[in-house]
Amino acid sequence: MRPAWSVVIFTTIAGAGQGLFLMLVLGDAVFGLPGDLLFAGAMVALALTGVGLVSSTFHLGHPERGWRAAAMWRTSWLSREVIVLPAFMASVFFWAAGLWLDWADGVMAVLVALGVATALLLYLCTAMIYACLPFLQEWRTPLTVFNYFAIGLTTGTFVAALLSAILYPPIGVIFAMGALVIGSFAYLGRLASLARNARLRPKSSLASATGVKHPRIVQIAQGSMGGSFNTREFFHGRPREVVRGFRLAMLVLLLPVPALLLLAGGSSVAVLALALASHYSGALAERWYFFAEARHPQNLYYQAIA
Amino acid sequence: MSKQLALVIDLNVCVGCHACVTSCKEWNTSGLAGFLSDDNPYGRDPTGTFFNRVQTFEVGEFPNTETVHFPKSCLHCEDPPCVPVCPTGASYKRAEDGIVLVDYDKCIGCKYCSWACPYGARELDEHQKVMKKCTLCVDRITDASLPERDRKPACVLACPTSARLFGDVHDPASEVSVAIRESGGYQLMPEWGTNPANHYLPRRKTRKHIHEDELVRHDNPLKIDGQLPKPAPSDPSLDDVTSW
Ligand code: SF4
Ligand code: SF4
Repeated sequence: MRPAWSVVIFTTIAGAGQGLFLMLVLGDAVFGLPGDLLFAGAMVALALTGVGLVSSTFHLGHPERGWRAAAMWRTSWLSREVIVLPAFMASVFFWAAGLWLDWADGVMAVLVALGVATALLLYLCTAMIYACLPFLQEWRTPLTVFNYFAIGLTTGTFVAALLSAILYPPIGVIFAMGALVIGSFAYLGRLASLARNARLRPKSSLASATGVKHPRIVQIAQGSMGGSFNTREFFHGRPREVVRGFRLAMLVLLLPVPALLLLAGGSSVAVLALALASHYSGALAERWYFFAEARHPQNLYYQAIA
Repeated sequence: MSKQLALVIDLNVCVGCHACVTSCKEWNTSGLAGFLSDDNPYGRDPTGTFFNRVQTFEVGEFPNTETVHFPKSCLHCEDPPCVPVCPTGASYKRAEDGIVLVDYDKCIGCKYCSWACPYGARELDEHQKVMKKCTLCVDRITDASLPERDRKPACVLACPTSARLFGDVHDPASEVSVAIRESGGYQLMPEWGTNPANHYLPRRKTRKHIHEDELVRHDNPLKIDGQLPKPAPSDPSLDDVTSW
């Protein structure tokens, strides 16, 4: 598939916003975080998901009709995502308002519960948009859901670490270590899906696509002299080296570089910022590669122009 | 049982002339729903939106090759994976005749449905930014002001070899059902369980036997009648007066 930067940015940055919120809530439950760190975190989480939301609308042909996308939540994961994302943002917004205005504990507990539930649901919806398509075999695995969840959570934890290193240093180290631990799980999950996808064999062939039962079928013409939507949307159109480069960037930047930085340089603000930059570049490369590596069966019909 | 309109395409008959493509484009670009946009139609990189394309495949190894012309459009799947994924409900399957349609006024151009179609049958219109696909000429086949024989998709009417049949595949007595039953009609990519309504009829070997007597008939293609022995003027003739 062709990776659309709007979607690559949306899924990574909104995932980070959800992860940040989850880690703040977890950190608060375990260690009791100061109110201004929580409030700043909530603002950053809102900003991240907001940027993601805006970015995702660039993928649409008619963003002004975007509201219609909430209609088919019974059948469409995309529709569910369109509902859960604002719900998550609203939960975080009211939670932040509660922190600011000192709302009662009961109300805050409900808001936290809502925020956690919608954050987790949002990971599920985003990943299921891809994992629910049966013939995109590279995506059709629970590992897709795990990767979206684990990588988003890792990015969020890095953001939490950086934020607390600025506002409340003692907890920064803990978040930094947490990022490495969660990041290791995410990394293992990605390695597992790479290994799985390397061994996939496409179920469709030109024989099943045309119904001509012959081992050697070659396309001579695809019915257009130039390209078409079908040649643009379903193939990354990059040389193999570029695709390999993205995979390498993902494997190096996602965890190894941030881990080395943190282990060698401690958890100062500068080091954490560098580690986050490296990790997020890795996450972008991961998402780009996620789309590029999926081979759509429709490409069988679009192999030659004449 | 409900109705399911569909096309049956006979690969044994299709000659790859693209008449269905041009006729489809002509009908559907002039319709109520607006044009099907093109870019650089006469330039270096022509591209545009089509509902129907004729592709060509070469089967086998030279010199034992066969050319297969393969018209491809939306197959109006009975279990269309493209419909449930649409977040707006713009993509839907009509209950009354099984046609899969897009409501261009609701479509937000998210392209998700095109990802969910394994056949590449949907094309985003790059100018109107909505998803387009074959409608089986829904505006034409239901138009009561047209004479009955014209109430067929434009491609079917245009095909000079009658390679395209149109009808209700749920009616066992229809022309399409008989063709599927009796000529080995099949579905594309059955492995995904989409259950396409459109079917294809396979290529068949056509063999012709030329008998001895056909070679000497007056219409024989080798024109050897001229070499038949001409009787001499002195030979006996039917009426004893004229020669041949
Ligand atoms: S051929 Fe593609 S677009 Fe048409 S109904 Fe089937 S899945 Fe949907
Ligand atoms: S592109 Fe249009 S028809 Fe297709 S899924 Fe999106 S809204 Fe539905």
